[in-house]
Amino acid sequence: MTYDPARSSGYPDPPQRVGFFTDTSICIGCKACEVACKEWNGLPADGPLPEDASVLELTGMSYDNTGALGASTWRHVAFVEKQNDAGGLNWLMASDVCKHCTHAACLDVCPTGALFRTEFSSVVVQQDVCNGCAYCVSACPYGVIDRREGDGRAWKCTLCYDRLRGGLEPACAKACPTDSIQFGPLDELRERADQRLARLHSDGVTEARLYGEDPADGVGGAGAFFLLLDEPETYGLPPDPVATTRDLPAMWRWAAGAALGLAGGVAVAFLGARGRGR
Amino acid sequence: MNAPEQVDPVQFTDYYGRPVLKVTRWKSPHMPGYLFLGGLSGAASTMAAAAEATGRPRLARQGRLTAAVAAVGGAGLLVAELGRPERFLNMLRVFKPSSPMSVGSWILAAHGGVTTAAAASTVTGVAPRAGRAAVAVSAVTGPLVATYTGVLLADTAVPAWHAAHRHLPPLFAGSALAAAGGAAMVMVPVAAAGPARRAALLGALAELAVTASLERGQGFGEEPRLVSEPYRIGRAGTLLRAARLLAVAGAAGTALAAGRHRAAAVAAGAALLAGSACTRFGVYHAGVLAGRDPKYTVVPQRARPRVQESRPG
Amino acid sequence: MAECHPVGFQWVVEARQRGAKVFHIDPRFTRTSALADRHLPIRAGSDVVFLGALINHVLAGGHDFREYVVAYTNAATILSDDFRDTEDLDGLFSGYDPESRSYDPASWAYRGVAAEPAAGAREEEDVRHEHGPEAQYEATPAQTGPAPERDETLQHPRCVYQVLKRHFARYTPELVEELCGIPPEAFAEVADAVVRCSGRDRTTAWVYSVGWTQHTVGVQYIRTAAILQLLLGNIGRPGGGILALRGHASIQGSTDIPTLYNLLPGYLPMPFAHEHEDLDSYLAGAAGDTGFWGRKRSYMVSLLKAWWGDAATADNDFRFGHLPRLTGDHGTYRTVMDQIDGKVKGYFLTGENPAVGSAGGKMQRLGLAALDWLVVRDLTLIESATFWKEGPEIETGELSTPEIGTEVFFLPAAAHTEKDGTFTNTQRLLQWHHKAVEPPGDARSDLWFFYHLGRRIRARLAGSDDPRDLPLQELTWDYPTEGEHEEPSATAVLREINGVGPDGAALSSFTELEDDGSTAAGCWIYTGAFAGEVNQTARRRPGTEQSWVAPEWGWAWPANRRILYNRASADPDGRPWSERKRYVWWDPDRGDQGEWTGHDVPDFERAKPPGHRPEPGATAEHALAGDDPFIMQTDGKGWLYVPKGLVDGPLPAHYEPQESPVVNPLYGQQSNPARRVFRRRRNRYHPVGGEVYPYAVTTYRLTEHHTAGGMSRTLAYLSELQPELFCEVSPELAAERGLVNGGWATIITARTAIEARVLVTRRIAPLRIRGRTVHQVGLPYHWGHAGSVTGDAVNDLLPIVLDPNVGIQESKAATCDVRAGRRPRGPALTALVRGHRRAAGLENEGDDEP
Repeated sequence: MTYDPARSSGYPDPPQRVGFFTDTSICIGCKACEVACKEWNGLPADGPLPEDASVLELTGMSYDNTGALGASTWRHVAFVEKQNDAGGLNWLMASDVCKHCTHAACLDVCPTGALFRTEFSSVVVQQDVCNGCAYCVSACPYGVIDRREGDGRAWKCTLCYDRLRGGLEPACAKACPTDSIQFGPLDELRERADQRLARLHSDGVTEARLYGEDPADGVGGAGAFFLLLDEPETYGLPPDPVATTRDLPAMWRWAAGAALGLAGGVAVAFLGARGRGR
Repeated sequence: MNAPEQVDPVQFTDYYGRPVLKVTRWKSPHMPGYLFLGGLSGAASTMAAAAEATGRPRLARQGRLTAAVAAVGGAGLLVAELGRPERFLNMLRVFKPSSPMSVGSWILAAHGGVTTAAAASTVTGVAPRAGRAAVAVSAVTGPLVATYTGVLLADTAVPAWHAAHRHLPPLFAGSALAAAGGAAMVMVPVAAAGPARRAALLGALAELAVTASLERGQGFGEEPRLVSEPYRIGRAGTLLRAARLLAVAGAAGTALAAGRHRAAAVAAGAALLAGSACTRFGVYHAGVLAGRDPKYTVVPQRARPRVQESRPG
Repeated sequence: MAECHPVGFQWVVEARQRGAKVFHIDPRFTRTSALADRHLPIRAGSDVVFLGALINHVLAGGHDFREYVVAYTNAATILSDDFRDTEDLDGLFSGYDPESRSYDPASWAYRGVAAEPAAGAREEEDVRHEHGPEAQYEATPAQTGPAPERDETLQHPRCVYQVLKRHFARYTPELVEELCGIPPEAFAEVADAVVRCSGRDRTTAWVYSVGWTQHTVGVQYIRTAAILQLLLGNIGRPGGGILALRGHASIQGSTDIPTLYNLLPGYLPMPFAHEHEDLDSYLAGAAGDTGFWGRKRSYMVSLLKAWWGDAATADNDFRFGHLPRLTGDHGTYRTVMDQIDGKVKGYFLTGENPAVGSAGGKMQRLGLAALDWLVVRDLTLIESATFWKEGPEIETGELSTPEIGTEVFFLPAAAHTEKDGTFTNTQRLLQWHHKAVEPPGDARSDLWFFYHLGRRIRARLAGSDDPRDLPLQELTWDYPTEGEHEEPSATAVLREINGVGPDGAALSSFTELEDDGSTAAGCWIYTGAFAGEVNQTARRRPGTEQSWVAPEWGWAWPANRRILYNRASADPDGRPWSERKRYVWWDPDRGDQGEWTGHDVPDFERAKPPGHRPEPGATAEHALAGDDPFIMQTDGKGWLYVPKGLVDGPLPAHYEPQESPVVNPLYGQQSNPARRVFRRRRNRYHPVGGEVYPYAVTTYRLTEHHTAGGMSRTLAYLSELQPELFCEVSPELAAERGLVNGGWATIITARTAIEARVLVTRRIAPLRIRGRTVHQVGLPYHWGHAGSVTGDAVNDLLPIVLDPNVGIQESKAATCDVRAGRRPRGPALTALVRGHRRAAGLENEGDDEP
């Protein structure tokens, strides 16, 4: 029995866990996912430079003028131009998205409960609860969630929670023309991904690999996983992300020790000189 | 040629040099300022309680005031970070043990409450018993306020912070103690400040020792030299070098001269305060750099056995 | 294809996952290349060499699908003894007249077919119009002869097969390497794959877009592909074909029901003044008498009945006289020249933005500025509506707002989501779309605009007794309307296009059209779209609920056939060429005497048996045999060689673009001798291989934007994805010219100079052409001065020079200079351009006044 985040979060009888399998080997970089996401979720156009939303400038990063996932960009297509071993050129394209981790650091660290686990096991921000502390921003091992300047709250992909509740697939998957973005029950997607990987390997595409599908990884497996054609870092993804929150008990022990040390230090300082210097 | 504090360049393909992580959105001086003031308040309140218990009214009074002012100042910086005051209150809607910020918010709320009450009692002379009770409570909240911030930073994906999760609480504890001791040396006459000098000295020595370990990346896991590099270079490196100089100078002054000359005590105390502040700003900026440059994320992760084994041929 | 047709590209992705091999031949490495098995960078403008070498490979190696070729193409047909090939005349075919720069095609005819009088230069204009130069749908010319002489052994030295063989013999892999920049190994890989994947069991498809068409030899590019596909048996069969990807939605529809000056609906040619005084003289030259064009009178009479209704009778030639007449070239670029010369006073722009989207942008804007009035109907205030205050010529001082007399009327248009109607896509599929929302504010549909414009004009002319107003007075102009804005019913229009019989009921097939005036149909090829009084185009049965051909999704012309000429998917005896490629076949047990059947609607007379032989003297479809699949052709054959109908030669030959970095090594003739040039001071052409404009430049589009940007640069979500004009250059060219990624470059031609951000990329490879390095500069052309993201208009760089058959501009291959940094502003810009022209010795070129 695999770990079910929704059940562990208190849903007595949750629906099947769903997620994305993004097969980058058939991504054509059309960015329909980016546009569909913004259309459906009513996100502002923030341009390639989130630091300065007023400037729309070419980044010079191949055809990527989005730059990264952010508060107003919940799908981001990366474009990598790379010479291959045969001397030819590869133009890798990959649509990145929130991973909806099994063990989600953003959710763990959120002090207000704004981030919560849905019945579909996705991780969603309740915008009316978020107080903009930005802790989740630093906690995310993928650099996904971000605080929107001017608004002050944290935003990220909701796996189209509203659409899921209405029985629809997320907007990006719906818009993807080549089915590079596949939505469905995670178990099925993993099976499909294994088959696709085997097929690519038998076709000699040895550089193909799955990313984020392994429940034994540092985030307990991602709810949105990928088939990549190069090292994860080539696409701007961490090679072995970890929900660092798993070390929290140890951290607290060190803090408790330090607190005791502080108290002890004070005690030593004061007790060692009783009666002097009043 | 690299400076000795830098690690030789590592080969990997990044994405146009873009960060893998989001650079922390916590702002400066808000966040490091809060770290400093929280630490100061926490240690000061603990010292106030100790002074109270050992019958040192001047130190007790100074400690109460310092703790309250620093707590209020720290809370002010937090509110400024969040943008709106009511957003801090949102923190107190729930208690979430998995979130150091939630835990910290409750600790800070309690600590802010008791230190303010204690200070108010001192200043106004009203309800002295309640004031003493508040000080006693702050002896518990104080060390927690001073050290939970180490967990706050360490419980993130920022490599320099998380890898330092064993260092940051003791570092902040020592730094807090040095600051609180320094503050007392500045404000309390030499004759009354003996325990403060000893506390400051202990704190400064702890701060120096832990910083030295931190900068070497001891116990950092994979690629310790690289992961600890942000503490040695750039703005963080400068700040931590300054912190070290100030701590050494402050400690030396405390040990050698602060017991005799008020001016020396003020100077040494100020140096320790400044050193403590530099430490917090240094740690903060190390986290900024660690988030900005993808190598700090990618290289240590690549070094893990999981990744080494799974890489296709 | 992935770049500009990402939705359609899903099928390529799927085919590849099923084992198809995908080659991408393109000057630059695009999103398509990224998903192809192999990308072959080619020099823009050299495709006939590449395709010609494939033809040579097929012919020299005997790889052609011989049974198909002999039975279904004109390979066996013997040519006139007068015909001379480019190989004999150093790049010219017989019949060329250097004076008029045009061909007399008489000598291109089949042997034994009486040579017709040359369609020589008209008094009005130097334009060929045998059947309308832009008649794309097989309006094959009259008089190619029903039964020309043939040698089915293909050995006769003057048979088409042998002529082809000699013609393409010099198109070798070595020439491909020399002119296209494609190494022989890469060429061999393509050649092997194409041959291996053609024949009985397999088919190969070619997919192209404006990278093939926008050349002075654009039509001949497609012709070359057609020859290759016919030789390999890849036409009329599933998985074969030459698939044109259109420039935007419903381009196919806008040629079916044309927005072209020289066509009537259904590819009937527009009549010429003087020459076509009456219906008979028109029909005599409109199309051939054999094959389905033999029914042309019924198509034309039904059209006239649809337009003039009861007023059109046999006595008055069905009001043929009401049709406007051509007096020469009235194509878009000719019209621009005429605007500048003061011959055109008013202009409608309906969903078109020539100030950005057409070649020679400066001339476009100067033309608009010389009008009395201009009506712009578009979604937003596009550059063509604001050129008079914000165009680049205002900045340089070439135009000044107070001196522009054009009265500009901007009328906001409804988008496709705001109105009912159809899209016709490249596979001739009509798909109905329903109005989803009301158009905002004053925005109205084009249908509304033209209907009410016509209504008001007719109201004004109601009392006129001037005979010239009769065509408008008698026009059937009575569509039902609905709603407060009186929106005409698009359904009623589609039904009129479909046509009705004597009883007023909707017809179901164009074969029901009569030439006696008893039927009316607005476009004969669309007859059946409203069969059974049902809007067939609105059908949306999911693919999972019907056969793989999916005949119940929308409606395809003609007669809902999804693959044209699908009779060719069976062998001459009517049997499928193979089980694997089974599509349409003869079933002797069906009907009375057997019938054609299959997965698709057979593109053939249902009951004509494979062995049928026509009676001598038969006309229309009756002249075709049971194994003549190409039923629109006069001889029922696929034409490897075009005896008539093209104005620049019966066979494709490689000519360099007007502006080329290299000399044509094949022939003394550098460029298409019949290409249309405009020698004007604003339109000076670069010398061949000059040092002043040393680089090849090609233009294209990006996924993120739509043509001239009117539909995308106004939308924030699209604008942010490609916010700025950029030029793509190789690292080598960047080094040569000091260009820095992310920096600025100025691109200079004899027409103007523009600035663009620099994208240095290995996706643009420098090519070795004739022993030297040729750098290519890639420019997406979406930007202009209006919208939320703006930039210089790339098309301003291009010269106006046209394909002679269809009048399309050569915008895919030209030459330019590049330098680092931003362009100068104001008059300094014109000075920079002038300096280059002077250096190239072009300053005194051009016939017109400065």
